[in-house]
Amino acid sequence: MKYEVVIGLEVHVEMLTGSKLFCSCPNRFVAEPNVNTCPVCLGFPGALPQLNREALQQALRAAVALNCKVALYSYFDRKNYFYPDMPKGYQISQHYIPLGSNGFLDIEDEKGELKQVGIGRVHIEEDAGKLLHEAGGASGGSSMVDYNRAGGPLIEIVSEPDLRSSGEARRYLEKLKSIMQYAGVSDCKMEEGSLRCDANVSLRIPGDQSFGIKTELKNMNSFRAVEKSLDHDIKRQARILDSGEKVVTQTLRWDEDRQETIVMRGKLEAGDYRCFADPELAPIELTAEEVELARQNLPEMAAERARRFVEQYGLPEYDAGVLTASRCLADYFESCLEHFNKPKEVSNWVMGEFSAHLNNAGLEADQASFTPEDMVELLKMIDEQVISGKIAKEVLEKAFVSGKKPRLVVEEEGLLQISDQSELEAIIDRVISENPDTVESYRGGKGKALGHLVGQVMKATRGKANPQLVNELLVKKINS
Amino acid sequence: MRLYEMTAAELSRRLQSREVSSAEVVRSFLERIDEVDPYLRAFITRTPDLALKSAGEIDSRRMRGETLHPLAGVPIAVKDNISTLALRTTCASRILENYIPPFDATVVAALKKAGMPILGKTNLDEFAMGSSTENSAFFPTRNPWDPGRVPGGSSGGSVVAVATGMAPLALGSDTGGSIRQPASLCGVTGLRPTYGRVSRYGLVAFASSLDQIGTVSTTAFDGALLMNLIAGYDPLDSTSLPEEVPDYRAGLEPGLDKLRVGLIRYGRVDGFDPEVTEAVNKAASMLEEHGAKVGEVSLPLTDYGLSAYYLIAPSEASSNLGRYDGVRYGFCADGDSIEAMFSRTRGEGFGAEVKRRIMIGTYALSAGYYDAYYLKAMKVRTLIRRDYEKAFKKFDLLLGAASPTPAFKLGEKTEDPLQMYLSDVCNITDSLAGMPSLAVPGGFHSSGLPLGLQLTARPMQEKLLLKTGRFFEEQRAEYPLRPSLDFLEERGGDYEI
Ligand SMILES: [Zn+2]
Repeated sequence: MKYEVVIGLEVHVEMLTGSKLFCSCPNRFVAEPNVNTCPVCLGFPGALPQLNREALQQALRAAVALNCKVALYSYFDRKNYFYPDMPKGYQISQHYIPLGSNGFLDIEDEKGELKQVGIGRVHIEEDAGKLLHEAGGASGGSSMVDYNRAGGPLIEIVSEPDLRSSGEARRYLEKLKSIMQYAGVSDCKMEEGSLRCDANVSLRIPGDQSFGIKTELKNMNSFRAVEKSLDHDIKRQARILDSGEKVVTQTLRWDEDRQETIVMRGKLEAGDYRCFADPELAPIELTAEEVELARQNLPEMAAERARRFVEQYGLPEYDAGVLTASRCLADYFESCLEHFNKPKEVSNWVMGEFSAHLNNAGLEADQASFTPEDMVELLKMIDEQVISGKIAKEVLEKAFVSGKKPRLVVEEEGLLQISDQSELEAIIDRVISENPDTVESYRGGKGKALGHLVGQVMKATRGKANPQLVNELLVKKINS
Repeated sequence: MRLYEMTAAELSRRLQSREVSSAEVVRSFLERIDEVDPYLRAFITRTPDLALKSAGEIDSRRMRGETLHPLAGVPIAVKDNISTLALRTTCASRILENYIPPFDATVVAALKKAGMPILGKTNLDEFAMGSSTENSAFFPTRNPWDPGRVPGGSSGGSVVAVATGMAPLALGSDTGGSIRQPASLCGVTGLRPTYGRVSRYGLVAFASSLDQIGTVSTTAFDGALLMNLIAGYDPLDSTSLPEEVPDYRAGLEPGLDKLRVGLIRYGRVDGFDPEVTEAVNKAASMLEEHGAKVGEVSLPLTDYGLSAYYLIAPSEASSNLGRYDGVRYGFCADGDSIEAMFSRTRGEGFGAEVKRRIMIGTYALSAGYYDAYYLKAMKVRTLIRRDYEKAFKKFDLLLGAASPTPAFKLGEKTEDPLQMYLSDVCNITDSLAGMPSLAVPGGFHSSGLPLGLQLTARPMQEKLLLKTGRFFEEQRAEYPLRPSLDFLEERGGDYEI
């Protein structure tokens, strides 16, 4: 492509706190609507916001984890607009002075080289409720509002327009997620909405100093969707530019079903939010010492943890890198080790089969019903030769999907390994008598022929035979 | 002397000595309300049953020998923009006509805890936006000294209730003079405390950086009694001040030695009644005679105060009133779409003055105007505060008028918003600077209407204000002032609305 792609991302992250940003309502998901609400987060007349100090600490942690310059003096602004999910008619945010600015994080660029992506601002703001549209009826249906999420603590993280491809955008998000998870700021589950991403994208001729006209992409529910919608819009914009037309400023929505972007609104509808300092909240004042303390108290990040995995557990660097890419997965790995101290074996299974199932199901390690205890149970059965490695894969899959204990799966499915010599001897005798030619080949010095015979035995036992024992018995019988 | 004519301090004394019961006291005020309120209309909602019930509870607690708050059993009226649990709080607006708060304002919780029976909720200009109580969506309140005139506003209902013995005390709110201006027009004492001294939690916001709950009483000492109850830090209000609360009653005995008083020289203000200036000068001489040192002070930037105020207050109001969309509470109009529902709800629910201020504020905050209007006004506000800080280096107290004129006629200024805004000209700079400010009666106009003085002190110096207020009371033969209300007999039903 003859154009240079310019992407900037605006990410909203739900912070992990006990209560909402400005009231004492619990900050956690409940299905029943409007349960976690009070006069403050419902915007009742006369109710006033009180800043949750824990949320401020979380935001501070996020800002320092993203290498931001922290404003020792900042404050909250009101962003005024009408929408039924916004109880006060304004959102409390930080418009004029963000808590953090001028930060960065490192990713790998398209060539695999380290690249620093600028972070323009990190600011605190409150979440909105949810509007549920109910279709049908002559009146065109009704709308219902759930304010459980209203007033929830968010931080908005705005990158500089430093990203040059959809792949870089995805890697930026992965890195951001990892940092937020490691810092304990958020669980960053995009599917659940605790990480939300909007993208700005434009194209320009390489070497141009000014930016092209950008579009804004919304409604992407996974990293994959971000990548795909960016690719989709980059192609669309390139086609427009190729034909000599101009891209128009607009907001597009990613349609997951149709796998394409759809225009939401044009520029004319861009709002004037009439931001001004919220007179009901005191300014946020921090000392340099508090900021420094937050920096020092940052928990171990991915790179450090990977280094520790290599040193402490003797894992290959590759394993350490894969395991620590997600804090959940690294936690999962270490939980397994507590009861089964064979790091490389655990690593193989966590990185391999377990991660594959997670990816298929679109889950994080801590969301899987297959717990570290289950993994340990599985690994112990292999270790004790109760099941073979091959059978173990089958057990893991069944346990992962059904949520049953691995041992129960083995019992129910009759997957116990056959180590009973007499039982195996009968099968081996049959295989030898049914395959005289192969037996002859082996006797004639063709070592490979033995493998075929072992395979026949395994087939006959549906993989449950102890392969080592089969080997031994076969050699003994043929040679006798 | 009948019970309803007594000060809160006197009622407190008689209740504590068990000369009277709270039920008797409350009944006396309720009878007075029945007698007077149909003509003057101070109350939007009366709560006789609730008041008698809490009076009864206090009486039996007292019978059991419990230690009670000095104000226990003394009834009070509450401005109808202060939230009361399970009791309609309308802000004198159609949009909240049937709104019942699910919580008590912090100050109301304090009243209840102390055992003060609430007589009802008083009338105001819609959302406290106005200077005459004519902007109430329900009915205007009348001035007891001349029922053809306004009581001032926006706390007109609270002030009239106290002036006429319908309540011994009332809570008001003051954004740009809403306690002090009506207090002066009706001859009572009104205190706007330092911004942040009294919790705003539960006060329905008009302009949050200016709104302050304060007291309406017939004497400075009664104001001190009520301040003891409502002042203090509230974790629910982020702008409330953590400083310790003094006993406002203690040390109010006069003694003005070495008090340095700055007599405010106003810049050019149209429509300043010369008799008002005369009354202020007379007050200054009185202070001087009793040992105070009086000098002149000018606050040059106060000339810009009115303009700054009428940009900042509407800007905040335009945002504060965004929540009235008909979705969660209050009046809700039908509409084919969400947008239609919003605009019809607000179009039908708000009165003209509220809409005017929302529009001014929306304009002042809009992109392209924000710097020239809102931001400029905020800078002026900072400079005004500096003017005050400078003045308070030389003086302990500033003395001026609480209103440029005595009470004006009903309808006189309703057609001219600017003239109406000018009636707050004496009050708004104190508000912008966040200083505590007290209106006390300052004699009478030749027309027989009361005039008010305004005293302003450094932050947290409410006590000095009350002490000086008490000094002025003691200079008068008769106190508290009571309007004769002879029109009740003379003209009877003429004034019934
Ligand atoms: Zn809440």
